[in-house]
Amino acid sequence: MKLSKQPSYKSFGEKAILVEWEAIISQENLTKILSFKDQVSKQITGISELIIGYNSLTILYKNVIEDLSNEIDNLKEIYESLTNNKTTKKCTWEIPVCYDKEFGIDLEFIAKRNNLSISTIIELHARSLYTVFFIGFLPGFPYLSGLDEALYVDRKAAPELNIKKGAVAIGGKQTGIYTTNSPGGWHVIGNSPLKFFDASKESPCFINAGDQIKFIAISKEEHQAILLEIESGNFKPKTIVND
Amino acid sequence: MIKVLKAGILTTIQDQGRFGFAAFGVPVSGVMDNKAANLANSILNNKLEEALIEITFGYAEFQFLISTEIAICGADFTPELNHVKIPLNTKIYIQKNDVISFGKTKYGVRAYLAVKSGIKSEKVLKSRSFYKNITSKYQLRKGDIIPIKTFSSINTNTFTSVKINLDYIKKEKLTCFKGPEFDLLSEQNKQLICKQKFTISKENSRMGYRLNEPLNNTIPQILTSAVLPGTVQLTPSGVLIILMKDCQVTGGYPRVLQLSEQAICSLAQKSTNDIIQFNLIN
Repeated sequence: MKLSKQPSYKSFGEKAILVEWEAIISQENLTKILSFKDQVSKQITGISELIIGYNSLTILYKNVIEDLSNEIDNLKEIYESLTNNKTTKKCTWEIPVCYDKEFGIDLEFIAKRNNLSISTIIELHARSLYTVFFIGFLPGFPYLSGLDEALYVDRKAAPELNIKKGAVAIGGKQTGIYTTNSPGGWHVIGNSPLKFFDASKESPCFINAGDQIKFIAISKEEHQAILLEIESGNFKPKTIVND
Repeated sequence: MIKVLKAGILTTIQDQGRFGFAAFGVPVSGVMDNKAANLANSILNNKLEEALIEITFGYAEFQFLISTEIAICGADFTPELNHVKIPLNTKIYIQKNDVISFGKTKYGVRAYLAVKSGIKSEKVLKSRSFYKNITSKYQLRKGDIIPIKTFSSINTNTFTSVKINLDYIKKEKLTCFKGPEFDLLSEQNKQLICKQKFTISKENSRMGYRLNEPLNNTIPQILTSAVLPGTVQLTPSGVLIILMKDCQVTGGYPRVLQLSEQAICSLAQKSTNDIIQFNLIN
């Protein structure tokens, strides 16, 4: 099956082209972006990075782009010839999260702002099945779609200086996990003890774009126990392999 | 080997950066001022990929435990070899136990110390560039030992400097292009951002530079998308942030401008209270 109409192509500085689809978070966008990315990496030489966003793919070249319109024509041609063949296997990961107030420092803010009880926030957040759109912002930080609309809340106007490693947070229509200590503008609702990024591995993240995630609510005691298991090297994230 | 006697405010090891890991959210890192770093490597006939020492704000001191050749480029921190002043942009022969020290600033913010055939510190994800949570160290400390190769250095120093144009270090105007969301700016802001002079706030680092003068922002946030070193973001409070080499790989603030590669080098040599102006070209 042929993919529908062309996305838009914009120059992004001297070395990059930004390709954008309709500004929505959808599985349809993700499928198009992943298959386009796959073919671009196979067919175009001289690429330094391919960076996925919710509705975008940024193609960063090693050198300054000399002939922009020619390069865009090449990309358009690749897009024209894409087909909708799903081949790669995707995983569903169980991600334990402790939603205790000790970790979920912004639960009360969201409760007031969105007129929900804290237990409803937790229930809504842990109920959904999330799709990993891409890894970005921090090493290993998964950007997820599937957040319940009732939990949408604008990012903070000024970023917090120190959000703790493992923080599970909501920013706008998105939810994600801070995989290292970091400044950030999202509202923190809990903490996961898992290690989402390991620089000593050639493929440093166990979660990949296109995978799915289910958050499992755990107690403070369980959170502590998993941290100890990870430290001793005995913990493996749980998955269910999808078709 | 090089021994760090004084680490200064921020001294790191950097190469051209960590490429191919943006898909895992790993920042590119690498030298802030490519122009100066490339010159330092070139003077020694090194490959441009070789790692160097990036010294921020001076006051660092190193002892060479083996002989080699070095070159210092970028900011002028009045460098000395065994307490004798030495020029920048020059090949300098180093004997065992020589001490190179950096003092107060004459101009610039970041100096590059290159050694013959490069620094041989640990490579993580194909790069030696320091970055917190990626490399085991994220800044050099007093007493650290930096691995380098021995290079017999029998010549005597003549101190013949390469002549370079230093304008880029001092100039206020930063050449830039429209960012992906530039056209969403109000007509007033489009003019203002190109005409107004901005001062660099005290929040400036390898990650990014915040500017003091906010715009009256009316642009909504965007769906998270790629950002690059040199991307100028407009935050909801109207404050502009220019992202630099240690910046994240994606962001949700509108990208209103994109600095040229040259402008990134210029900005890398600026700091708190310095004045900049965006020079938009199409």
